[in-house]
Amino acid sequence: MARTQSMTAPLASSLEPSVASPSDYLALLKPRVMSLVVFTALVGLVIAPGHVHPVIGFTALLCIAVGAGASGALNMWYDADVDALMSRTAKRPIPAGVIAPSEALAFGAVLAAFSVMTMMLLVNWLAAGLLAFTIVFYAAIYTMWLKRATPLNIVIGGAAGAFPPMIGWAAVTHSIGLEPIFLFLIIFFWTPPHFWALSLGRASDYARAGIPMLPVVSGAKETKKQIVIYSIVLLPVSMLPWIGGFTSALYGAVALFGGAAMIAFAIKLNGAKKKSDAELAAKHLFAYSVLYLTVLFAVILIDHSLGWAFGRIAW
Amino acid sequence: MAKKPVKKAEKGIVLTEAQQRARRSRSVAIAVALGAFVLLFYIVTLVKGPGMLNRPL
Repeated sequence: MARTQSMTAPLASSLEPSVASPSDYLALLKPRVMSLVVFTALVGLVIAPGHVHPVIGFTALLCIAVGAGASGALNMWYDADVDALMSRTAKRPIPAGVIAPSEALAFGAVLAAFSVMTMMLLVNWLAAGLLAFTIVFYAAIYTMWLKRATPLNIVIGGAAGAFPPMIGWAAVTHSIGLEPIFLFLIIFFWTPPHFWALSLGRASDYARAGIPMLPVVSGAKETKKQIVIYSIVLLPVSMLPWIGGFTSALYGAVALFGGAAMIAFAIKLNGAKKKSDAELAAKHLFAYSVLYLTVLFAVILIDHSLGWAFGRIAW
Repeated sequence: MAKKPVKKAEKGIVLTEAQQRARRSRSVAIAVALGAFVLLFYIVTLVKGPGMLNRPL
């Protein structure tokens, strides 16, 4: 799909003296997304077998955070035209005219290069390679290609957000194991219902911007159905760490009841007839999905710190 | 001896107060980030010792 040319606000010129503050650059890094990325990476790092010096562990998390931020900045650079057309994103620094697109591109590229280089020099090659792949996957494959090309954009693109636990694990073990693959799968199948719940209420925004999100292409009814299907698939996937014997029964119970609640929220959304009810149900599902993933990963951390899981006392 | 003509200094771009404030805050942020980056390498060098550049795949 061709990039939309019309802009609602004039872009800042790189030739004009900038009035952008550090907080505007911080906004380019999508700090809220970054916090979840860092948390899931922390879980991957902590549960990994073997020892890593706390300073090296901190360095790995810092590199992952900066790499995720760089991806966000590159995403905002490329998507400035469509961001300007959507109410949720119109106030971002580039469409708001605070930061010039070329400055955002340079900022994102420099941070991406430094985060990968630092990971390579101070942690290990595999973690650096995975981080580089994640940045390229999000910035190039998702942002530049999938997002404007297919309603499955968030399904495939969601893989970018699922890599951090694997990078955290690789930072410690210099390898990839079954456990981080399970964590990857949980985030991978969690992303579509999470994001579609958000996009349901913003279908007109996405339509105006020409982004083929599922609610735009297939309608709200089909999107709600897909949310239910993905939520159902997510339940057994979330149980994998317990089924595989890597976590305790505590995690198994939380995954079972947490996943069942996610399905219940999805079914409630699917059954909502009135528009206002559907909007409310979508908001509830979105908020719950964030809580669900956070709690799921927090329980894995608790499991590990109490010595209940990961090869010690499973089942 | 004839005097050389004195060239009037060009004014160039004059920053507004807001632009100056923003530039200063950006400069401080860059300095802090660079300082933290150097400190990070210093600390990791102390932690890793001579094996600093030994990065197994």
